[in-house]
Amino acid sequence: MKRKIGIGKALLYVVLVMYAIITLIPFLWALSSSFKTLEEIVSGTMSFVPKQFTLDNYKQIFVEQDLFPRWLLNSVIIAVAVTILNLLFNSMAGYALARLQFPGRKPLFLIILAVLMIPAQVTMIPNYLILKQLGWLNSYQGMIVPTMINATFIFMMRQFFINFPKELEEAAELDGLGRFGIFFRIVLPLARPALAAQAIFVFMGSWNDFMRPLIILSDPQLFTLPLGLNSFKGQYISYWNYIMAASMVFTLPVLVIYAFFNRYFIKGISFTGGK
Amino acid sequence: MKQTFTKKMWRETGSAYFLLSPALFVLLLFIIGPIVFAVFLAFHKVQLLGTTSFEFVGLDNFARIANDTRAKIALWNTLKYVAIVVPCQTILALVLAATLNAGLKGQKFFRIVYFLPTLTSSAVLTLIFMWMYNQNGFINHVLEAVGLPTYNWLGDPDVALNAIMIMNIWSTAPYFMVIYLAALQDIPDSLYEAAELDGANAWQKFWHITVPYLRPVTSFVVVMGLIGTFQLFDQSYIFSAGSGGPNNSTLTVVLLIYQYAFKTLGTMGYAAALAFALAIIILIATLIQRKLSKEESLY
Repeated sequence: MKRKIGIGKALLYVVLVMYAIITLIPFLWALSSSFKTLEEIVSGTMSFVPKQFTLDNYKQIFVEQDLFPRWLLNSVIIAVAVTILNLLFNSMAGYALARLQFPGRKPLFLIILAVLMIPAQVTMIPNYLILKQLGWLNSYQGMIVPTMINATFIFMMRQFFINFPKELEEAAELDGLGRFGIFFRIVLPLARPALAAQAIFVFMGSWNDFMRPLIILSDPQLFTLPLGLNSFKGQYISYWNYIMAASMVFTLPVLVIYAFFNRYFIKGISFTGGK
Repeated sequence: MKQTFTKKMWRETGSAYFLLSPALFVLLLFIIGPIVFAVFLAFHKVQLLGTTSFEFVGLDNFARIANDTRAKIALWNTLKYVAIVVPCQTILALVLAATLNAGLKGQKFFRIVYFLPTLTSSAVLTLIFMWMYNQNGFINHVLEAVGLPTYNWLGDPDVALNAIMIMNIWSTAPYFMVIYLAALQDIPDSLYEAAELDGANAWQKFWHITVPYLRPVTSFVVVMGLIGTFQLFDQSYIFSAGSGGPNNSTLTVVLLIYQYAFKTLGTMGYAAALAFALAIIILIATLIQRKLSKEESLY
């Protein structure tokens, strides 16, 4: 009996390790390719250890494409702005829908739920025309303003605030705080776990977004990283050592964030996925 | 008394709309407004040269879909992609979650590793896979080493879409795995203990307790999977440099909408009509799924 369990466990470990290898191989292969010379890339070897270890690719991509730092900056500005605005505005909206009584509350909530169902492709074309009319194509605001709220997270924050203990707010009201004082000084600081989960998802979504920048941005100066990477690939199609080095540079910041905040990722997914 | 009550109500309404104002602004200008605008576009021919002009064409844009060979190819590719990727990624996610949840050591380490693809941008992942799919690349070398046939993954119309499927099953399954993992924690241990007393083995426990218990989560995962897969775009675009090639084999509905809207002149209205068609297809697919999962739970 005991031995049987031992074999079962070993089998499970085999599955886990195999899948870990399958997951890691593309990343390791990309990483190792980024340190190889072009000759070795072209020769098509299978070795994970570069024959001739070189950092040239990393230096060279910044020489060949001097817009790389600019793309990085654009991505950071847009993703950080979108994240901060989403945290603030989604929480405000979620709080109003959860706690305040006002005419129009129910229809508004239903509209937000309905918006969750509309695929982005339907609004993509009109959005382009509206941004064109506003003169916001090729601009930061064209990237930031339309994405500064998110129906999913308004919904999530509403659920969070509904389960939030009312007593704290009532006590604060007795102490003479107004609605906004209560919201900004009492409620928001206590909502930190929900905000952290939301921040990570909004940031990742903005950082990795490909379609919106592809449509809105045509000036290479304003490209974000995914878009820049795609155009870089177009220019250097057989220089896989460069493309892999550039890919690694772009992936690193996200991995660092993940290393620090990985418990919030898991929490966040169960938040949005659960109910 | 009544006076103060109304005053308080007014104040509360005021604060509510103040708190909601940024959300309402974006909702109206960039979501609800555009939906109405999209309906308008779908019934017009749009010219973007110089000033934008609209010409009413009735149902022409919708009628055109039926005669558009590329639309049929795109729809067929998308359906094939959805039909294969959704079940595969769901089953893989469930199996991985159940394995991770078996209480082995190092669970946390494996979870962190598995989650890596979910974090990486679609652009980076697609480039890494294009490099591995290269004719003289990693994957063909591995296939050769174990005696399997090699493919021209990127250039052969018969396999290009499969290459994207494999990549996306690999990169999306871990996300759904985490959803399953959270749900697995909620299954009461007593259920498994009772089954053990009845002499159930590991497989029976998985099949008769875990799977049925997770049915609502599976339903959610499938719906999310359907919505996501129907909207395949980034990977196809990068794979084919925007063309949907080779020979339209990676052309998806969303890529086609993009091409008609932004790459060819005078077809923006038609693209809007296609977008509506896609929205309706997604809606129908999720409704069918809902219905099926409800019927299943009657057993």
